[in-house]
Amino acid sequence: MESPLYLSSSPHAHSGVTTDRVMRDVIISLLPACAVAFYLFGWPALVTLLLCTLGCLATEALCRKGMGQALTLGDGSAAVTGILLAMNLPPSAPWWLSLLGSVVAIAIGKQVYGGLGHNPFNPALVARVVLLISFPVQMTSWTSPAPLGSGLDAVTSATPLGEMKTAVMLTGKLPEALSGGLGHYFTGQMAGSLGEVSALALLWGAAYLFWRKVLTWHIPVAYLGSVVLLGGAFWLIDPTRYPSPLFHLLTGGLILGAFYMATDMVTSPVTPQGMLIFGVGCGLVTVLIRLFGGYPEGVSFAILLMNAVTPLIDRFVRPKKFGLAPAAKGGPA
Amino acid sequence: MRLKSFPGGLHPPDNKQFTAHKAIVDCPLPAELVIPLSQHIGAPADACVKVGDLVAKGEVVGQARGFVSVPVHASTSGAVVAVEPRPHPAGKPLPAVVIKPDGEDRWIDGLAGIPAEEQDDESLRDRIRAAGIVGLGGATFPTHVKLTPPGDKPIDTLILNGVECEPYLTADHRLMLENPERIVDGITILQRLLGVRRTLLGIEANKPDAIAVMTKACAGTSIEVVALAVKYPQGAEKQLILALIGKEVPSGGLPMDVGVVVQNVGTAAAVADAVRHGRPLVERIATVSGPAIANPQNLRVRIGTPLSHLVAVCGGAKGELAKIIMGGPMMGSAQLGLEAPVTRGTSGLLLFGPGQFPRAPEGPCIRCGRCVRACPAHILPTAIAACARLDRFDEAEGFDAMDCIECGCCTYTCPAAIPLVQAIRQAKAAILAKRRKG
Repeated sequence: MESPLYLSSSPHAHSGVTTDRVMRDVIISLLPACAVAFYLFGWPALVTLLLCTLGCLATEALCRKGMGQALTLGDGSAAVTGILLAMNLPPSAPWWLSLLGSVVAIAIGKQVYGGLGHNPFNPALVARVVLLISFPVQMTSWTSPAPLGSGLDAVTSATPLGEMKTAVMLTGKLPEALSGGLGHYFTGQMAGSLGEVSALALLWGAAYLFWRKVLTWHIPVAYLGSVVLLGGAFWLIDPTRYPSPLFHLLTGGLILGAFYMATDMVTSPVTPQGMLIFGVGCGLVTVLIRLFGGYPEGVSFAILLMNAVTPLIDRFVRPKKFGLAPAAKGGPA
Repeated sequence: MRLKSFPGGLHPPDNKQFTAHKAIVDCPLPAELVIPLSQHIGAPADACVKVGDLVAKGEVVGQARGFVSVPVHASTSGAVVAVEPRPHPAGKPLPAVVIKPDGEDRWIDGLAGIPAEEQDDESLRDRIRAAGIVGLGGATFPTHVKLTPPGDKPIDTLILNGVECEPYLTADHRLMLENPERIVDGITILQRLLGVRRTLLGIEANKPDAIAVMTKACAGTSIEVVALAVKYPQGAEKQLILALIGKEVPSGGLPMDVGVVVQNVGTAAAVADAVRHGRPLVERIATVSGPAIANPQNLRVRIGTPLSHLVAVCGGAKGELAKIIMGGPMMGSAQLGLEAPVTRGTSGLLLFGPGQFPRAPEGPCIRCGRCVRACPAHILPTAIAACARLDRFDEAEGFDAMDCIECGCCTYTCPAAIPLVQAIRQAKAAILAKRRKG
């Protein structure tokens, strides 16, 4: 008779936290930002969100099937990539841009490496950067927010970072108009990518992720902290040419990047110390690109660059193992 | 005030509510007692009785072999009916003395307490060894060895382990509530043998009643009761030392390297019994619990009692059994059935039915780092396991695989359900095998 007893080596208990649940939490945490995007940019935003999500799911399914491997849609990672990709696109991106981005993200950014857990770069960012370089016009056609019910039509507009870059390049000075808008930026009243505009909604979602223990503080704090410090240093040197740290924090994709893109577990270091180094690296590169690079925004490039460094960080940054502390002097009190 | 603890670890649900409030009950005699000759770390004992012999409770049935070994005793009076391999909690049949109880439960003649104060250290240690006392926390390391530190390792601190951080288990908890004076008595003997400057008793803050009782019992002594944060594996020796006195036992070293000896509270009580009453270690407290047992209880149970008897005493199993664990769910061992007996290391017996242990299918590592943050040894479980699974044991050793304390925190917390600690155990075994070959 076969024993119905299940034998295994300890531990016999499990926390119950599974990969599926982690991904589901990330999706839940992104819903407020999705809702704000829909409110601010209307139906085009919703279409972009749906196209990216469905496009990523479909690409994932086709890739797995084509490679003769088990379908993995259930783990939720493809849906997460889809939503994050949409968050990184202009709200009224053309339909083909969304679909092309989805294919690039999943097929080239993830499945060619072997699927979940094996990709070295954040798939959504790979897609965003490929699109930005290939289709710069479509990727930088921003619309001003026109909240639902306000009766406004979408108006083309530059992002605050774009305005800043243009003004500084032309005149060597920050534009006057930028000084007053910080409150608006915080709630999302600015032109920008679908998911980067509302710091408030993103922070709500991030708080949920902290509460669910999906996020740890290391990467976001190191990232934002180093942006504030380095950005602030330049601002103190010449406030007419360099924007304030608060402006850095609230514009562009920094909040989205610091809480959702840089913290992508697969592509960031596994040790807390490594995460701090990774976050600081992201912050430094972001500020340098924003202030001195050819692009107004540096978050995507910074994170991808640091993704490339992650294996090195993991190789050299190890936790200090238990039992290496020098013996306490003088003994216990 | 912030409670003392150690970095790393995690908080599994403690599930102690089933038995924490239940007083210890004497487990009745079973029809047959199977006393394994291998009940401690170290050389197994040699049988010194034969079939047909009549033995009394406390009589030696297995002689110690070597220094790191202790004798094994009959846990009731009766006739020896077999000396043969029998099912053992370790998973395979091992030599055991089988006793059919005569029901009288008669102690062997001549047992007497000795006034510890008038004895020299050597005879006290001999008595502790002769009583078969081993670490009752589960590791079963012979106690007299720990009480014989080499001369170049002065011991200045004795730590008593009343943490009991494994979920479900409440044996030490109940012992502290019901027999504080025995524990304190045992501690004073241990203090004297070690000549320590100070003595700490660590108890997790989820046992406020035990902290109160032990604090009261220790009033007027030099024993300091310390409440610790609730965290697994707080009861692991090295983690406990770090939490209590802030010293790290060196990698590859022992507590005596930082001048510390750690003993479980149950061990202290057993030492008191041996010295004050001359009683060998023939019984222990074990928690019988889990969702598939009808009436969870804390039992005072004779060594050698078949597990099936414990289940019967606790009202039987509820429905089909899917998993039987001796010890706690984090570090206990899964059993092939209920035929094996209680040994000195049996701190609990947990029963689970189908579906009470959901197993997620294993997925790819998503590099979330949870195992790294939970690891109390501060090593990289995910990296070691990845090497081990590719048979790259040299690399695993380079990642400090040998420092793993096998607490299982990494596997418990892994969202991809990768058997991390199991793979690390394999790596450790392979590394040790290679070292032996030289």
